[in-house]
Amino acid sequence: MASEIMTLNMGPQHPSTHGVLRLVVELDGEVIQKITPHIGYLHRGIEKLSEHRTYHQALPLTDRMDYLAPMHNNLGYVLAVEKLLGIEVPERAETIRVIMAELTRLKSHLVWIACHALDIGAMTVFIYAFREREKIMELYEMVSGARMTSNYFRVGGLSRDLPAGFESAVQEIVDTFPGHFDTYEGLLTKNTIWLQRTIGNGVISAEDAIDFGISGPALRGSGVDFDLRRDLPYSGYEKYDFKVPVGENCDTFDRYKVRLVEMREAVKIIDQAMKRLKPGPVLADAPQVCYPPKESVYNSIEGLIHHFKIASEGFPVPEGEVYQGVENPKGELGYYMVSDGGSKPYRMRVRPPSFVNLGAIEKMAKGSMIADLVAVIGTLDIVLGEIDR
Amino acid sequence: MAENNRAVVKLKERFANALLDCKEYRGEVTVTVKKENILEVLKCLRDDLRYNFLTDITAVDYLGQDPRFMVVYHLMSIPNKDRIRVKAPVTEADCSIDSATALWNSANWLEREAYDLFGVDFKNHPNLVRILMTDDWVGHPLRKDYPLQGPDREPYKGRLS
Amino acid sequence: MGVDQPLGENIITTSLDSLVNWARKSSIWPMTFGLACCAIEMMATGAAKHDLDRFGIIFRASPRQADCIIIAGTVTKKMLPVIKTVYEQMPEPKWVVAMGACACSGGVFDTYSVVQGIDEALPVDVYIPGCPPRPEALLYGLMKLQEKIANERNSFGSSIGLGERLEPAA
Repeated sequence: MASEIMTLNMGPQHPSTHGVLRLVVELDGEVIQKITPHIGYLHRGIEKLSEHRTYHQALPLTDRMDYLAPMHNNLGYVLAVEKLLGIEVPERAETIRVIMAELTRLKSHLVWIACHALDIGAMTVFIYAFREREKIMELYEMVSGARMTSNYFRVGGLSRDLPAGFESAVQEIVDTFPGHFDTYEGLLTKNTIWLQRTIGNGVISAEDAIDFGISGPALRGSGVDFDLRRDLPYSGYEKYDFKVPVGENCDTFDRYKVRLVEMREAVKIIDQAMKRLKPGPVLADAPQVCYPPKESVYNSIEGLIHHFKIASEGFPVPEGEVYQGVENPKGELGYYMVSDGGSKPYRMRVRPPSFVNLGAIEKMAKGSMIADLVAVIGTLDIVLGEIDR
Repeated sequence: MAENNRAVVKLKERFANALLDCKEYRGEVTVTVKKENILEVLKCLRDDLRYNFLTDITAVDYLGQDPRFMVVYHLMSIPNKDRIRVKAPVTEADCSIDSATALWNSANWLEREAYDLFGVDFKNHPNLVRILMTDDWVGHPLRKDYPLQGPDREPYKGRLS
Repeated sequence: MGVDQPLGENIITTSLDSLVNWARKSSIWPMTFGLACCAIEMMATGAAKHDLDRFGIIFRASPRQADCIIIAGTVTKKMLPVIKTVYEQMPEPKWVVAMGACACSGGVFDTYSVVQGIDEALPVDVYIPGCPPRPEALLYGLMKLQEKIANERNSFGSSIGLGERLEPAA
């Protein structure tokens, strides 16, 4: 019987492509022969735009790249600029950054498990995970006033100290979330449909994963024991005690287990960080860079002028180039900043983890059934805002 | 200092003629090499010095300088937990460089992006087409002489920017 | 009402327009059409805490079954033709909600690749500001859309081919 290759277009409007991803799939029957991803449907020119903004003004743009983990984007950016400036951040600010970064990891992984499970057909997990996510959104709102695009970190520290009631709210998360993770595991880990859809799906070996530049949980799911928080620490991560989970079978199920353990470890890191929290300033003593306190802006002419100068002109940054990578929930998020000595970045390059991870989709899904492609997209945990920037 | 770095010592030994500059800034080592030798240098770093992970490839447009573009490679060593940056200058007249896809598959999309946004031609790339912009897009948006709001729009003058 | 009720009190009399409008506004089926950050807030609105289902709003994955499109996110020049196609695939009557600053006006992204507001291409019924708008804001916007639908005239006539649907001046 003569066989014919069928070309199937998937996206950019498709509920399981997690945004505006478009895949052109060539099929032999139901078996995938070739996948051609088309991206760029959300290319907003953030890198170019940041060249036209001062360092403080470019910060809110980073929120909108990986909108599932905005504080990680902020973190990478402020760490890179601080590296260029050579300024130290007070310990309290550093600890709060770790708390917020790990809360963000929880938030991002909750969306991942919600959408991944929904794509494979488990609707309940979606409802549960979004219910838990609202708790973290409330914390975001407490510290920054915004539910998603927080813009809480500043070059040199934080925009403000933690509000009253924050600690008890975090404590509630630390106490209750492990039980919620048990619920998800109870719904999925022994669910026959889930196991059949994920075990042996989207296999990529450790060598291939490195070759394709895969980072984050997807790399660890393939058995490579590497985590930037532990191996190239930043923001004081070396002071915390946490496990780095590693998979064995390099498939979707292992990546699922890795992310679940990561969520449990994130809760432990938050708990440790809350215990380390001591009173102190949250902004570096660097008046040429940091905004003055609001009391000074409202009550003294010097403070007002100071604020006005930083807001309107920005601050000069020494000439040079740095790269700062952070362990985003998706993988290694890197900022390569080039400064020409002015108050605007000469070049801000973002190394997007999802973009590089998505490059391996053909390797992971080739030869499998078309229905399994949805599971592969889910396990890669892509976010299009960051792929396209 | 950069001179003491293991990788720099080795590269100086092997590629004395290809190395244009080595420096260390904020604890990060940057090596600038001639673009003709880029593949050899990357291969040496990957195979002999265990920089096995290609993190990033991008370009920077230094408009007004010659050479105008700088192609930047970020490598990471997973076993040694170490990073190195390799740069290669590319002139505007001959805006091309060898593709690293033969060494790492991850170079494929990263080079397509650099081609799309900067117009740097990566020789021997298997599929060098635009990735972010539409196929019929004119110009390379991240070049410094490309207007922020696009060439077909009157720049907005209502604000200080 | 000035109408005799020979059939007793179990029957109400109303205009066909009111009936059609009531049916339409109580079952707005928007498309799952997430573009960017706002899509996540749209999902949050549909999920546990805010629960869009109680307004009869159920997301549909196909434009053929939808009667409302929520433009949730930044519209780029590359995406615009796709959005137009999807909009054309939706059956009449259809409404457009621009959710968030990007869909309303381009937002912070005043750049080469971004369409400065979806109203350059589609007729927008409700604009919801915010970056991204809170779920409550989206709910309010959708309730405004319901109000708008409730006030339309000739809804029934237009659906059987008699004239156009009329919107009273605001």
